[in-house]
Amino acid sequence: MDALVAQLQMQFRDYTISLYQQGFLDDQFTELKKLQDDASPDFVAEVLSLFFEDCVKLIGNMARALDQKGTVDFNQVGASVHQLKGSSSSVGAKRVKGLCVSFKEFCEAKNYEGCVRCLQQVDIEYKTLQTKLQDMFNLEKQIIEAGGRVPQVDIN
Amino acid sequence: MGMAAESQFHVLAVDDSLFDRKLIERLLQKSSCQVTTVDSGSKALEFLGLREGIERNHPNALSTSPKLHQEVEVNLIITDYCMPGMTGYDLLKKVKESSAFKNIPVVIMSSENVPARISRCLEEGAEEFFLKPVRLADLNKLKPHMMKAKLKNQKLEEIERPSKGANVEPEIKDSTEIGIKMLPLQSEFEPKQLHLQVVQQEEQTLSNNKRKSMEEGLSADRTRPRFDGITTAV
Repeated sequence: MDALVAQLQMQFRDYTISLYQQGFLDDQFTELKKLQDDASPDFVAEVLSLFFEDCVKLIGNMARALDQKGTVDFNQVGASVHQLKGSSSSVGAKRVKGLCVSFKEFCEAKNYEGCVRCLQQVDIEYKTLQTKLQDMFNLEKQIIEAGGRVPQVDIN
Repeated sequence: MGMAAESQFHVLAVDDSLFDRKLIERLLQKSSCQVTTVDSGSKALEFLGLREGIERNHPNALSTSPKLHQEVEVNLIITDYCMPGMTGYDLLKKVKESSAFKNIPVVIMSSENVPARISRCLEEGAEEFFLKPVRLADLNKLKPHMMKAKLKNQKLEEIERPSKGANVEPEIKDSTEIGIKMLPLQSEFEPKQLHLQVVQQEEQTLSNNKRKSMEEGLSADRTRPRFDGITTAV
């Protein structure tokens, strides 16, 4: 039992560190974890859930706005990008946030192709992150089911 | 006995984003604050008991609608800057212009680092300006305000008590009978008319709290062990 737990914990640790190293997550995610405790044991999961819902909604808005060929309201697109930038920043979704920064610039420049490209990238990026985080949560679950505790991962 | 809960530092958090509300609520709870969240500036004013145009011109607003105010005791307002309708800045102004609530510290949050915006808010009377995403460490800047509020209540009780004499009415056990309980956080050396009026009521509750707590062998501080540590550090 212990050997399994130890192995899972190591897997979890390595995986988490890799997410930071590959730029999927930044230290804001670490801050979020600090807010989780016995009083709010599912805080991170709840916040991430809200974030991904936001992604779907906002990307939908952006897609619709960009669909108005010839009469694209770049301010409207920009407003959704701004919101997504805010929430991705608050969650520690580093790559998504980075894309939003470029996206915002394209909106301001009213660059249609640039915006469409960014939209596609943001869509891929948030889905990738969602999968990665799901994998991370699954590892946590496995550790707990094996009778172990999820280790604090020190990202330094 | 709900006394302990009522003496917790109560923050009113204002943000139009559900996501950000959830975040700031957790941050504040983690910092041992009681939190109320609303999604707009107008709802914030409603919660405070400030309705458009009514409060400002009524010097007797405190006494004419005690029922309205009795549930509300806000020690700090933290608000997002960019909100549809009433911005955080507008809310700040309204609070500072109100005679009843101008002493409540207001903190502005924003995802954008715009120096002009920051100085405008600070000039209008904002205590702090936090850049989003707000972190636990940022909320540490609020601890002095929390300590001041707590110490102020204790100090006022000590200062006011000798001069009260026959005015003391120890029968007021239930704090809901009290009108607005304002905890002004500015310098203790700035006497304010309104402040004194409210303070008298506040002081009675506090002396009852203290007396009760002492009788029951419970220190009011026990409910917030964090602050004991901070007191000694200061």
